[in-house]
Amino acid sequence: MSPVNEQEKVAFRQEVAAWMHTNRPVDPGFLLPQSFMEVGSEQQLDFLREWQHKVWSAGYLGMAWPREHGGQGVDPVFQSIADQEMRRHGVPICFNVIGLGWAGPLINDIGSEAEKAKYLKGILSAEDIWCQGFSEPDHGSDLGNAQTRARREGDDYVINGTKTWTTMGNFAKYMILLARTNPHAERKYDGLSFFLAPMQVPGIDPRPIRKLTGEYGFTETFFTDARIPASCLMGEEGQGWKIAMKTLQYERGAEAGAAGGLAFVRIAIDDMIAELSDVERDGAPALEDPSIRDQVVQMIMEEKAIVLGERRSTIGPLTTDYPFSLQLSTKLRFTESTRRMRQLAINLQGADGGLYVGDDAARQGGFWQRAYLNSFSATIGGGTSQVQANIIAEHILGLPK
Amino acid sequence: MSVLGNTALSFSDDQSMIMDVSRAFCADKSPVSAVRGLLETDAGFDVAVWREMVDMGWPGMALPESVGGSGLGVDTVVPVLEAMGRALLGGPLLSTLLAGQLLLRAAGNGTGLEASSRAGSEPSGFLHDTLSSIAAGAPATVALLDGADWGAQTIRCELSGDSTLRGAKQQVLDAAVAEWFVVVAQQAGEPVLVIVPKVAIEPAARRDKVLIDATRRAQSVDFTGVLAADGAVLRGPQVVSALRDVRLLGALLLAAEAGGSAASCLNTTVEYLKTRKQFGKLIGSYQALKHPCVDILMAIDTTRSFVYHAASLLGSDPLGHDAEVACRMAKAQATETLKHAGDRAVQFHGGMGFTWECDAQLYVRRAQWVQQAYGDAQHHRKHLAQLLLDR
Repeated sequence: MSPVNEQEKVAFRQEVAAWMHTNRPVDPGFLLPQSFMEVGSEQQLDFLREWQHKVWSAGYLGMAWPREHGGQGVDPVFQSIADQEMRRHGVPICFNVIGLGWAGPLINDIGSEAEKAKYLKGILSAEDIWCQGFSEPDHGSDLGNAQTRARREGDDYVINGTKTWTTMGNFAKYMILLARTNPHAERKYDGLSFFLAPMQVPGIDPRPIRKLTGEYGFTETFFTDARIPASCLMGEEGQGWKIAMKTLQYERGAEAGAAGGLAFVRIAIDDMIAELSDVERDGAPALEDPSIRDQVVQMIMEEKAIVLGERRSTIGPLTTDYPFSLQLSTKLRFTESTRRMRQLAINLQGADGGLYVGDDAARQGGFWQRAYLNSFSATIGGGTSQVQANIIAEHILGLPK
Repeated sequence: MSVLGNTALSFSDDQSMIMDVSRAFCADKSPVSAVRGLLETDAGFDVAVWREMVDMGWPGMALPESVGGSGLGVDTVVPVLEAMGRALLGGPLLSTLLAGQLLLRAAGNGTGLEASSRAGSEPSGFLHDTLSSIAAGAPATVALLDGADWGAQTIRCELSGDSTLRGAKQQVLDAAVAEWFVVVAQQAGEPVLVIVPKVAIEPAARRDKVLIDATRRAQSVDFTGVLAADGAVLRGPQVVSALRDVRLLGALLLAAEAGGSAASCLNTTVEYLKTRKQFGKLIGSYQALKHPCVDILMAIDTTRSFVYHAASLLGSDPLGHDAEVACRMAKAQATETLKHAGDRAVQFHGGMGFTWECDAQLYVRRAQWVQQAYGDAQHHRKHLAQLLLDR
């Protein structure tokens, strides 16, 4: 691929911007999910499916994926320009994230030609929704200990067990599934295998989990003698752990290859300040109240510290004191600061802060209230903040276990 | 434009080199035993070590070559202060640097000192000589504080029409060893700077202060009756801007120092938690002790990010909006960080932490002084609110 010149980039950016401007959906009249982990209703699903299909049809999704599988085969820089413009125009998310961001790149990288032909295009067009079956009820963070069983019987694998926190499990057509093919392996990791499993087969029962928001978005997924074709095995038996780790690299953004699109709607502190500019407190604008101002400034500093920390982590001489502390604390900082900011946004609303999604007077339809409650998914999921703190204490400060 | 604003952060080769040199120097010259040895001395610092700092050119690092300085930016002294903070190394460097910056900026920095008389300040000769003396290692200090309010806008110390000062200044840092005092005064409501040599001050006008941070020294100095020498008064709009700058630079340099101190404070605490056993296990394994240490570590990381971000925005021109925001954030953050680190250091050392012998006291006491100096966190956040929210 020849390097992309600046002119091409500018022209493309203008093209995308114009398209986004024209095609940005109007307010559907119900609250849209802020992230792919919040798709709870058919209504939301249909809307997002249509939107992703439209973005892909316009040529702004999967741009770096192969042409023969629904992509454009162009330099990834174009996709990142398209993503930036999506972000800038505040358009909805491309919700099929587990396909677009994790399963897709994996199949692109290590899948067979048959797998690529079968799966990639449907991921981009939003026809095939993907979910992930890694976590289990009794093994939250301990992935290597997954107990869901896959037993070979003729041309099938028979699956038994339970997965949980399956995002969009009730809507998905396929699941990337980590299951145990050999319970007697010497090392627990060697007994695991990786499947591209169909969801709509007898014996798979995804039951929606109702979240503290009152909404849905995840399922607990039960497998009872569910038969899937043996051809669903990715790679070979026993390679599951390796492939799962590779998948996590995509999930964490450590490895490139994602199809693009927005996975979540970013809420900046500017949004909070703008939202609250008309709120009153004790008969005067809330943003003139000294104690409120102090809290808002502290929040701004927290957010700014994250951005500055990312910069500093790239400057060698300024990272020698506690090597990797900035990187290792990113999740903890970001998720906790997000949670605090959303909490503050409710706190600052006066009596409106007590309203919720469904009340016609709730600010932005109860957006902040819902966002705060949902923020716990990040402070708990992917290793709780407390586990993160233990990791930092042990790995960076060298404190004993 | 986002309220997060400017997020530039750079670190020059000069800064990097100076960081290495100053860290090695401070670690070598100021082990904690040496710090302790100086706590109850009159001087509070080791003159021989100060001379070495002078020989390395630190007091004149950010002064122009025309007065014998190194002509480096003030950003290059930031890692030095951080290194001194790590080693709790005392001495008159901070006050000397700030006095130099105040004079330099009041003289119309960037245009060269020769231009200072054209720019409206009277004394190019006197000023030039003072700065040359400072660059050569004569300690200097800013006599700034009239009362207990670091945020006070009115200046009480007065310069009369016949060039006589009237008023006392509080907590003049390193006053006992300063050769030069830059006295912040007002004349007919306009701020002026008066350069006063130490000989102009009667011994009876000085009173040693007892600071909670025993690694520092300060005096209250009554300047009443001191006659300003010919050419020793600076006035004009540049004085206003220089005073604003030096308050911000003071905040930043103290933030750098506090950040360094917080890091060694945390290291002290962590070492203890790794060796002390109770109930049959190392106490560092308890999450109640672990997690606050992580909070402190992250606060130290944040402090450094703010400090070097602010350093990236400094120039010889009057500080702009972004630099002001950055300096204030650095101080607000550093102050809270060292307070927390010191406070927990005492607590986590248990009974030991309550003793003079335990190093935790050095940090917790320093934290109390530093939080006030050049404005505490609430002061800076109040100004940040104006800068960020009232646009």
